[in-house]
Amino acid sequence: MSLLRTRRLCKSFGGLEAVAGVDLDIASGEVRALIGPNGAGKTTLVGLICGRIAPSAGTVSFDGSDITHLPSFRRMRRGMAYTFQITSIFPRLPVRENVALAARVHHAPDVVDEAVTSALSRIGLRGEADQIAGNLSYGHQRLLEIAMGLAQAPRLLILDEPTQGLSEGEVGGFNRLVRDLAGDMTILLIEHNMDVVMATADRVTVLTAGTVLAEGAPQAIRANAAVQAAYLGTG
Amino acid sequence: MTDTSRILALHLGLIAVLFALNFLLPAYHHGNLSRIMVLASYAIGYNILFGYTGLLSLGHALFFAAGMYGLALPMQHAGLGAVPAFVLGVFAGAIVSAGLALLALRTTGVAFMIVTLMFAQAGFLTILYFGDYTRGDEGFIIQQAQRVIAGIDLTDETNRYMFAWALFSFCLLVCLALIRLPLGRTLIAIRENEERVRMLGYDTGLHKLTAMVLSGTLSAAAGAAYALLFGYAGATFASVQYSIFPLLWVLLGGAGTVIGPFIGALFMFYLIDLSSGITSAYMLIAGVVLVLLTLFAPQGLTGEVRRRFWSGLP
Amino acid sequence: MEFGPHLLLAVLEGAVTAAVLSLTAAGLSLVFGVMRVVNIAHGEFFMLGAVLAWVLVQVFPGHPAVGFVVALIVAPLIVGSIAAVADLTILKRINYDPERTIVATIGLLYIIQQVTLMTYGPDARAVEAPFNQRLALPWVDWGEGGLQVYYPWGLSTTTYKIAVIGAAGALLCGIWAMMTRTRLGLVMRATQADREMAQAFGIPVERVYAMVFGLGAGLAALAAVLIVPIQQAHYLMGGDPLLLSFIVVIIGGLGSLPGTVLAAVFIGLSDGVISVFFSPTLAKIFATLLVGLVLVFRPQGLFGERPA
Repeated sequence: MSLLRTRRLCKSFGGLEAVAGVDLDIASGEVRALIGPNGAGKTTLVGLICGRIAPSAGTVSFDGSDITHLPSFRRMRRGMAYTFQITSIFPRLPVRENVALAARVHHAPDVVDEAVTSALSRIGLRGEADQIAGNLSYGHQRLLEIAMGLAQAPRLLILDEPTQGLSEGEVGGFNRLVRDLAGDMTILLIEHNMDVVMATADRVTVLTAGTVLAEGAPQAIRANAAVQAAYLGTG
Repeated sequence: MTDTSRILALHLGLIAVLFALNFLLPAYHHGNLSRIMVLASYAIGYNILFGYTGLLSLGHALFFAAGMYGLALPMQHAGLGAVPAFVLGVFAGAIVSAGLALLALRTTGVAFMIVTLMFAQAGFLTILYFGDYTRGDEGFIIQQAQRVIAGIDLTDETNRYMFAWALFSFCLLVCLALIRLPLGRTLIAIRENEERVRMLGYDTGLHKLTAMVLSGTLSAAAGAAYALLFGYAGATFASVQYSIFPLLWVLLGGAGTVIGPFIGALFMFYLIDLSSGITSAYMLIAGVVLVLLTLFAPQGLTGEVRRRFWSGLP
Repeated sequence: MEFGPHLLLAVLEGAVTAAVLSLTAAGLSLVFGVMRVVNIAHGEFFMLGAVLAWVLVQVFPGHPAVGFVVALIVAPLIVGSIAAVADLTILKRINYDPERTIVATIGLLYIIQQVTLMTYGPDARAVEAPFNQRLALPWVDWGEGGLQVYYPWGLSTTTYKIAVIGAAGALLCGIWAMMTRTRLGLVMRATQADREMAQAFGIPVERVYAMVFGLGAGLAALAAVLIVPIQQAHYLMGGDPLLLSFIVVIIGGLGSLPGTVLAAVFIGLSDGVISVFFSPTLAKIFATLLVGLVLVFRPQGLFGERPA
């Protein structure tokens, strides 16, 4: 059964259809990449899924129940986590507190510390736990953002362009992390970098002009002529 | 010493020093300090919303006045005893702050400031409008005979000081406890980045409502205590000026610090006290301090201490 | 007086309030529109205009019109300069941060008010109008023998009040023409639309800001000079115009000049009418509640367009 399902999901901004009737099914446990040219509606679609934007029409279901009208914070409590495209942390608070804020919602008080340490270790930031988050390097702030997502112990982790601005070495580390997480949770990855997509995704969905152009295994998508014309060919 | 024990030493030390000062201070300063402790309790309440949650209200006089009139009107017109009247005052503050929160929290930023300002002004005008009961600007005196709790006469200097000290200690410890609890941590996170807190799964609206009610209730407790201890209720305490004062004290002492509101209220009280010997235009001092603080020390006195010497100061 | 003439009188008084209010509020609206900051000291610039008018009239004795005309030109200039200096020394340094600007202008409010108290004193002082003919107004009524024209006792206005309404109308047209037809207006609108872009196109944004802040304060001062022969100059007179301007700007839609004028006429007239028939305190309670509720439920103003 699919963990996340959208049906005829639409969002228009003053006549412009940013998302026009998207049907999306993400199976439990898969790593799904969402790709598409700039302006294809990726960020809007993810906004609709996690409740930051209200849809004009259509439905979103999560784990079998309709969540179309739930506010974003309730969706997070049901087991979604969202990491922001533009780094959004608490820059004046310590790294540990950043992650603890995420952990407290989803863990009993006595295991919060454990969850924080585990999330930080997994991401490789354990040594920086007592630093002020704003003093971390850009790459480390991106990782902290993901650590906050992990501390939420999500069933669906949505990563919005997580490798943007990372160095090549850091991207390699990120790929290993995603494959490592894949067994524990379902991942929806919005990504520009095709190397990351090829290295991590089980399936790929291509979005253009607010609609799904193609969907399939990474190799098949790379070979798809329509996708190449719409997207890969331009890059 | 660990950070936690240093923090406890500082705050419990302040409470102990204030207790000791009861026996040491000359009459004039003794009376001043009673007043300052009540006003600082008001400022602590204000600081929970402004300093820790990041919501700048220009309408807290409404809560202070809700406490003041919630206590004074039933005492004056229904002959209610001091204890039930105090409870009523605090309760009135909780109700009024919850009501204003439900409306004002639909807005943010500048609109929130103006909305709180407007509703507080409407409250002030309402007190004037019902001048038959409130005696408007002139206000009314609460009879000495009524200002007694369990046989303790609150018009006595020492009793009054001790009541103010108890209220202040309570507010200080509530604030200290709050910011060490998950609730307080979440409020601070809302101040830093509200959208992120929401996307972690917190109901930020409910948290802000809680902060505003807590803030309003402490402010009302201070207002009720002020009327009870100094035996007077007047519309001035509901005017814009009394919404600006806690902002001024908190900014001066350091927003988002536990002892900042006390430091700010203490400094400002004596600054105005000293200048009133020279000029009747004492609000000039308030204006100059506000401008200088915004320009040069937005962190306030305690905030500067935190920045330079002790980053763990809560 | 009967109801009809009474209402006409209330409307006339309301029109004077509306005229002065639309000038004052236009100043506040201009500052908010271009600079995106709320100036809490706006009412004090109004007060300063009235007080300076009294001072200038004392400096130029003789026919009341001489001093008044001097005041009409010089008082707004002085007040505008003070505001521009305050902008450059305070607001510019805090980078026009909206919340810190409110705190700083609250400080400015007390400074201006208390310095006036220390120098000008606590008295209310009158300024003589340059001309002030009483105009009795006719009323039409059905009497015995048909339609009758008569002059009810107490139904009158003055030539000065009529002139105030005319002057305010002309000035508002002037502001409108300046904003839409001149290069200066273009520069201001460009800064309003996009500060960074304006800067990139070589517009000296900081100078525009100082000028707009000065202009806004100058308009409040001008309105005060016009009203001071009707009211009196007093150091606490800034509170009401501030509150009313707020109401007008918020109801008219923040930063929209036509909306502001429309709301000023609406509020001025209803304030006049309500104050004549009901308690002024009650009128103010309703007005403040109205502002609060409009901001909560219709933040774009009663007359503003809902953003797409």
